Amino acid sequence: MSKKVKDLPSRAKKPSIKERPYMADAPLGHYALRMINIEKYFGLVCALKNINFEVGHNEIVGLIGDNGAGKSTMVKILTGVFPPTSGELYVAGQKVNLHTYNVKRAHAHGVETVYQDRSLGEKQVLWRNFFIGREITLPFGFLDVKKEKEIANEIMVNTIGFRGKGITVDSSVKLLSGGERQGVAIGRAMHFEADLIILDEPTAALSLKEVRKVINFVHKIKEGGKACIYISHDIQDVYEISDRFVIMDRGVIVASIVKKDITLKELDKFLLEYSHGMKDMAES
Amino acid sequence: MKQKRSPLAFLARIEGLPVFAVLVALYAVLLITATNVFTGYRIYMSFLQTIPPVLVCGLGLTLVITAGEIDLSFPAVVALSGFVFAWVFKNFNSPWAAWAGFILALAAGALVGYVNGLLVARIGVPSIMATLAAQFFWYGVTVLLANGLQLNIKEVIPNIVHTIFVGRIGGIVPCQAIWALVLAVFLWFILNRHKFGEEIMFIGDNAEVARVMGINVEATRIKLFTVHGMIAAFAGLLLTLEINVFFPTQGAGFLLPAMATVFIGGTSIAGGLGSIAGTFFGAYIIGSLEAGIVATTISGYWVQLIEGLVMGASVVLNVVISEGHGATFVNRVRGWVRPVRSPERER
Repeated sequence: MSKKVKDLPSRAKKPSIKERPYMADAPLGHYALRMINIEKYFGLVCALKNINFEVGHNEIVGLIGDNGAGKSTMVKILTGVFPPTSGELYVAGQKVNLHTYNVKRAHAHGVETVYQDRSLGEKQVLWRNFFIGREITLPFGFLDVKKEKEIANEIMVNTIGFRGKGITVDSSVKLLSGGERQGVAIGRAMHFEADLIILDEPTAALSLKEVRKVINFVHKIKEGGKACIYISHDIQDVYEISDRFVIMDRGVIVASIVKKDITLKELDKFLLEYSHGMKDMAES
Repeated sequence: MKQKRSPLAFLARIEGLPVFAVLVALYAVLLITATNVFTGYRIYMSFLQTIPPVLVCGLGLTLVITAGEIDLSFPAVVALSGFVFAWVFKNFNSPWAAWAGFILALAAGALVGYVNGLLVARIGVPSIMATLAAQFFWYGVTVLLANGLQLNIKEVIPNIVHTIFVGRIGGIVPCQAIWALVLAVFLWFILNRHKFGEEIMFIGDNAEVARVMGINVEATRIKLFTVHGMIAAFAGLLLTLEINVFFPTQGAGFLLPAMATVFIGGTSIAGGLGSIAGTFFGAYIIGSLEAGIVATTISGYWVQLIEGLVMGASVVLNVVISEGHGATFVNRVRGWVRPVRSPERER
């Protein structure tokens, strides 16, 4: 097994997408998401280089990488916050026009994102947070507050499972704990029937007990037949919930490993060796 | 992380209540100290006549501050819109001149606001600097265009525009007070029950959250500054129509009172939440203070001191009554009055 890890393409070997064994059994076009040769430059700085990445239907992909590896840049391209410099993006088998792709279109395509701390407006009440960006409106853009509150309440009770505790749809987000906030964000994503939920470090600011809750939510995503990209620093969590691990470093994808091919210990060792390897390279 | 709810928390639900309480208390004090003046109706009618322009500016500013921005250029817009109206009205001998002037004045305000919005949203100049420059620039433009002179437009009095906007209902109640109230109600609905208002609140709360949730932050900011420019122009129109004269320095004294009305009203400088009702009552507090204090026959030198006191008290009250702060505050005050001792010492 350890041999296999060693064989994984390292940066020095210049990995090629064709060499990688993952997803070989999945029929073509059966991806929830596919990125082909995506590149992103900020001015002259190359943030993402030659990214080929796919997520199968009902697949949970753990995206691992150090700070600055390009994970967040990739997520922002996927979710339409900004366009890539070049490359192609397919969502649910359909090619996406990158010139017109934005957050609203990503939502329409069924791509939802839960961020570590950027998912909810803190001072705003919960019902507003559920519908921000896609409000239920009456004529002239006025909000259908009654309907929004009803649905928000239903999500809170049924999907998220808030019980009593004095928190209602009229409470502001600042009264919620970190775990509850992530519950709201994930519940929102599930309500809007996301086919692909991206969780960008959802547990970074949470207590252990709350991390558990978030992981349970991810299990629900899998059970619901949806796909998910899970980004975290915590290898243990990533290992538990993911079907496949994609490892990024300095703007490139350096490895993709199916869960059955690797144990948690080996994955941890691989990551450690990898980061040490990079260090050695930098020193020499 | 459950915070202990303050016993006063339910009061926080009623928007603008603390400010309204201060306003009532203020009038109660004035009724006692200046009974003669404040039992007649005239003083109130004079307030309804003088307060609306500042109030209208404050209402627009409430939206801007809720979005986490600031606009210092509205006094120049008050002057510019007054000039545009007076100049068009004087120079075109047509029955429609007043209406044309009115619409062009609003358009001028929208233009100033739009340019502000472009500077802030597209180029990324912090709004305090962009609008400070705009204040000097557009005030300068107005003075240049007017050659530094005032324009007398007494002829506007019989005009329908004058009657509609600053006439007297039943010969007593000034129309501008009604317009200001209508605008306040309208903007309350925009802020609290409209998509645009929700976008304003989320942008003020956290622009990054707004962006990743699909709000076009730049476009909304431009729209917001444009709307505020128009609102300030409307304030300038009310002022010019009321006094039948445009003078280049009109609106120059509006900046601080309008900002004070917003902050007294409970809108936070941090952005994210704004209170239109608070601004409404706040404007009447600010507007009533000076005349009220003078009417009590104490020396005019006291005016600013008392104004400062009332503003301070209102802002403190707002902080205390807002969610979660009440209990902390009460405990703190108890701590001051009777320092908490450890049980051992008490024995």
